[in-house]
Order: sequence, then C-alpha cells, then structure tokens
Amino acid sequence: MVCSLLITMTTLTSQLSINYIGYQGAALLYLLVVSITAMLFDIWPVLLTALASAILLNFFFITPVYTFKIVSPEDILMFFMYLILALVNTVLTYKIRDYNSKRRDEEEKTKAINLYNILLNSLSHELRTPIATIIGSIDTIQEQEIILSKAHKKELYNEISTAGLRLNRQVDNLLNMSRLEAGILKPSLDWFDINELIFKVINQNQEFTQHHHISFTPQQKLHLIWTDGGFLETILQNLIYNALQHTPKNTTVLIDTDFKIDSLEIQVSDNGLGFPKERIASVFDKFYKLNNLATGGTGLGLSIVKGFTEALGGTVSLTNKKTGGALFIIKIPSKTTSLNSLDNE
Amino acid sequence: MSKAEILIIDDEPQIRRLLQINLESNSYKVIQATNGKEGILLAANHLPDLILLDIGLPDKSGHEVLNELRQWYNKPILILSVISSENDIISALDRGATDYLTKPFRTGELLARIRAALRRSQTESNDVVITLANLEIDLVARVVKQSGKIIKLTATEYNLLALFAKNESKVLTHQYLLKEVWGYGYRNETQYLRVFVASLRKKIEENPNNPKHLITESGIGYRFQ
Repeated sequence: MVCSLLITMTTLTSQLSINYIGYQGAALLYLLVVSITAMLFDIWPVLLTALASAILLNFFFITPVYTFKIVSPEDILMFFMYLILALVNTVLTYKIRDYNSKRRDEEEKTKAINLYNILLNSLSHELRTPIATIIGSIDTIQEQEIILSKAHKKELYNEISTAGLRLNRQVDNLLNMSRLEAGILKPSLDWFDINELIFKVINQNQEFTQHHHISFTPQQKLHLIWTDGGFLETILQNLIYNALQHTPKNTTVLIDTDFKIDSLEIQVSDNGLGFPKERIASVFDKFYKLNNLATGGTGLGLSIVKGFTEALGGTVSLTNKKTGGALFIIKIPSKTTSLNSLDNE
Repeated sequence: MSKAEILIIDDEPQIRRLLQINLESNSYKVIQATNGKEGILLAANHLPDLILLDIGLPDKSGHEVLNELRQWYNKPILILSVISSENDIISALDRGATDYLTKPFRTGELLARIRAALRRSQTESNDVVITLANLEIDLVARVVKQSGKIIKLTATEYNLLALFAKNESKVLTHQYLLKEVWGYGYRNETQYLRVFVASLRKKIEENPNNPKHLITESGIGYRFQ
C-alpha cells in the first residue's frame, strides 16, 4: 500500500520535473525510493516495488515514452542496469536487516537463558531443601524407629511439616509470578477492612516471629477500601515475610497506614540494616537477590510485590531510613470510606 | 453417630489413601470412587452419610457431579479443591456444596469440618439456645450472653450472629449473608458486612484482631466456630 503510494508520488514528481532532472535523474529518484522502502518493509512488497519502478521508468521516462519499447542500446543498458541495481539493493538491505534482527533475537535468547539459569539455580535450591528435609526425616523415622527418642521424633515431624509449608509457599509464589508474566492478572474489586487484612497477614506470619517483632497500631476508625483483597494480601505477605527473613534477630517490623479519600498508603519498615544504596534500584527486578544473603529465597518476592501493586494501579518504593532500616511505601489509588461508629443503624 | 459412612470421590490415589487412613482411624466407614461416574453410582447404591468430592476429576467436572448428586442426595457434600479459585468455590457452595477445603489441608481441619457437617445434618437443629465456647445465644429471647453476662447487640448485629450460630462451622458466602440479613437488594453491599463483622468481633472476640470465632474466608465469606 505505502510502497505503491510512494512509487506513484515519485512518478508524479519526476514527470513534473523531467525537464530539469532528465530521465537519468528520474531513475536515481526511483532507486532512492526503492532503497528507502527496502529499509522499512518486508522483502516481497519491496521486490514488487523494484519491478514496478523499472516498468514505470521504462513507460514514462525512457524514449519512446508511453510505450514499453526501448530503442537505443544506451537506454537498454541503462534499463537493465537500473533493474539489477534495484533488485540487488533490495536483497542486500533485506539480508542486513534479517541478520540484525536475528542477532537481536539471539541476544534476547541469551538473556532469557541466563535469567532461566538463575531461576533454575535458586529454585532447585529453594525446592530441593524442603524436599531433602522431608525425605531425610522420613528415612530417619522409618529406619531408626527403635533408637529415636520421642523428642527427636517430634522434632523430625515438625521439620517435615515446616518443609511442606515452605514448598507450598514457593509454589504459590511461582504461580503468582507466572500469572504476572502471562499478564492475566485482573483485580476483582470489593470492599475490604484494611485493619482486618493486615492483622490476618500478621497472624499468618506468627510462626516466623520467634526472633522478631511485628508492630501495627490500627487507627480507631474503621477503614474500608475498594480493592482486590487477595492482591493486597499477597503484597503484604511478601513484604512482611521478606522483612522477617532478611533482618537480624530482634528487629521490629513496623506497619503503618494512611488514608486519603482516593488512595491508600501502606508503609512497611524495619530497624534492620537497610539495603546497600547502589542496589536499591534493582531490588524489584525478577530473581534479584543480594549476593551475601545466607537466608536464601528465590528473589521472586519483591518483584511479585511490584507486579501486584502495579496490577492495582499503584506504586511501590524503597528507601533507607535515616535511622537505619528499610522503608517500603505502597500507594494504591482506591475508593475509601471511614466510619466513626456504628450506633446509628 | 460413629460408623458414619463416607464416600471419597477423588482421582489421586495418594490423597484417597491419606483420607482413608485418617477417616478409618477415626472410625468412619470409607468407600471410594476414582471418577465422577463411579462416584454417582456408589452414592446411589450406598447412600453414604457424607461425600468428599474432588472438584478436578478426570471424566467430568466436580461441578457437574455436584449438580447430579444434588438432584436426589441431600446429605453433606464437602468439596476438595487444589485450585484456590474463589469463584470456583463460591459457585460450588451456591450449587449446594456444604463446605469446602483447599489442598493442601490440615487433617485436623478436615476432621473438624466432617464432624460439624455430620452433626448439623444428623441433629435437626431445633435448639433454641446455642452454646459455643463461652457464648450463649438464646434464639427465642433474642439474648446473647458471654460467660453469663448479657452482651448488648444492635438488631442487625443480633440477626447476623443468630444466622452464624444456626450455621455453626459452616462457611457462609457474602451474598448469602447479605441476602438473609439485609435482603435481596443488598446482596452486593459487602461494606455492610465488613462493618458489622468488625463490630461483632469487638463485642464477642477476646482479641478482635485475631478472631477465634468469626473467621474470614478470604474472597468467599465467613465461618462461625
């Protein structure tokens, strides 16, 4: 479409200016147009354009004009030279473009493979550890049945149970990640009591808080927000779990909420060590992990936080507090209502 | 009460085995089916006291099996599902499933649900006074006592609590609760529920922030236990 339009315009321009540029000039103009189309379009339309331009050149510009005949040997040479040049030009340009795009594809493939390797490494570690715990514990219980003390057996059962929960959490995160990747994450909105939601996540993390404190003082008013409660739970779950896993013993994780008429802000902060400054920018990247972390993790948690926050139309940011420790701020646009009391039924 | 017969319809042999061991150790009689067709046939022949139905079956969806069963079977059907899709669960509850459990579930929870479902179906609940832990709900006098002391409730709070009490341990969907307490036109007004659940919790829960009686089932509804 665009090719034929260009070629028609060239024909018109050349026709109008034939007295000044001569038919050699017209041929050069056609060649220019063919070269330009070769850079922009696929090979078949461009080849067609090249052929059409040769025919038009012959018909309109090579004497005798308005016929397909060519008389002088000079013009015959000129015509075939033009045709060959146009075609060679087309094919070469196409080949260069093809090569470039292949190289880009390859680069992307290498990048994807690298990412995949990182994922596989951290995943196999994150999945294998609980699996090894389960298999090892069961073996011990089966084979050492008689000599195992009751206390040890109980400990092993606890290990199996924790490992199972850990596996389940990893699978949840993987599913969440693939939902994010597939772009099928659609929030289903409803009214939620934000205090209830936060306490629920806190209660779910009770088993990881032997050495940590979680502090949240709900505001007196009852705050309802119009959002996807499941998404918000996933966001908070990952932020709080992350803080509990990656801060030193006795760290306090502090949760704070702030309500506006049209948005909700949640802050999750801690008084741990904070993030290394130069790395703050990349913590939300997929599979990103601080190298020196002994605590493991797939590096999926924070990218899930980002993905789910964005799926709610919100933003997440990370800064280090002046007093030390990390501060995550989640801002989500949403309808909110606040109620003082329920007496006036 | 003991020796209740339970039909398991699940295609996963490991899950069936796990359920069977748990149920038989708790002196239930167990029969098993590996697909929907077989399940419906067994249910018709045995008329079990309760059915555990997996929603992801190989031959037909658990929803279809549920539909067919509910045409003539009116005892409890508990849904097992790996997919924690809330819509799936709500639709199963709407089609007459008694309750649901998502895999992986804790066996303690499974047994508690089964006990509660059997109790509800076997004893006609004509009780006028329902007691739960330290709560006492008198449905005739419309009075609620906690450890012997009367708790002041508004009319709506009372209606909500009474509905929960009559369906002890059973999950009740948002829509159902709104329809029953506020009326059909309010079935999507979830904010009413949020508000009144929060205020009920303040009155009946020891720690309203970590409720033990009025439990939230995310995206589905509430359960009173």
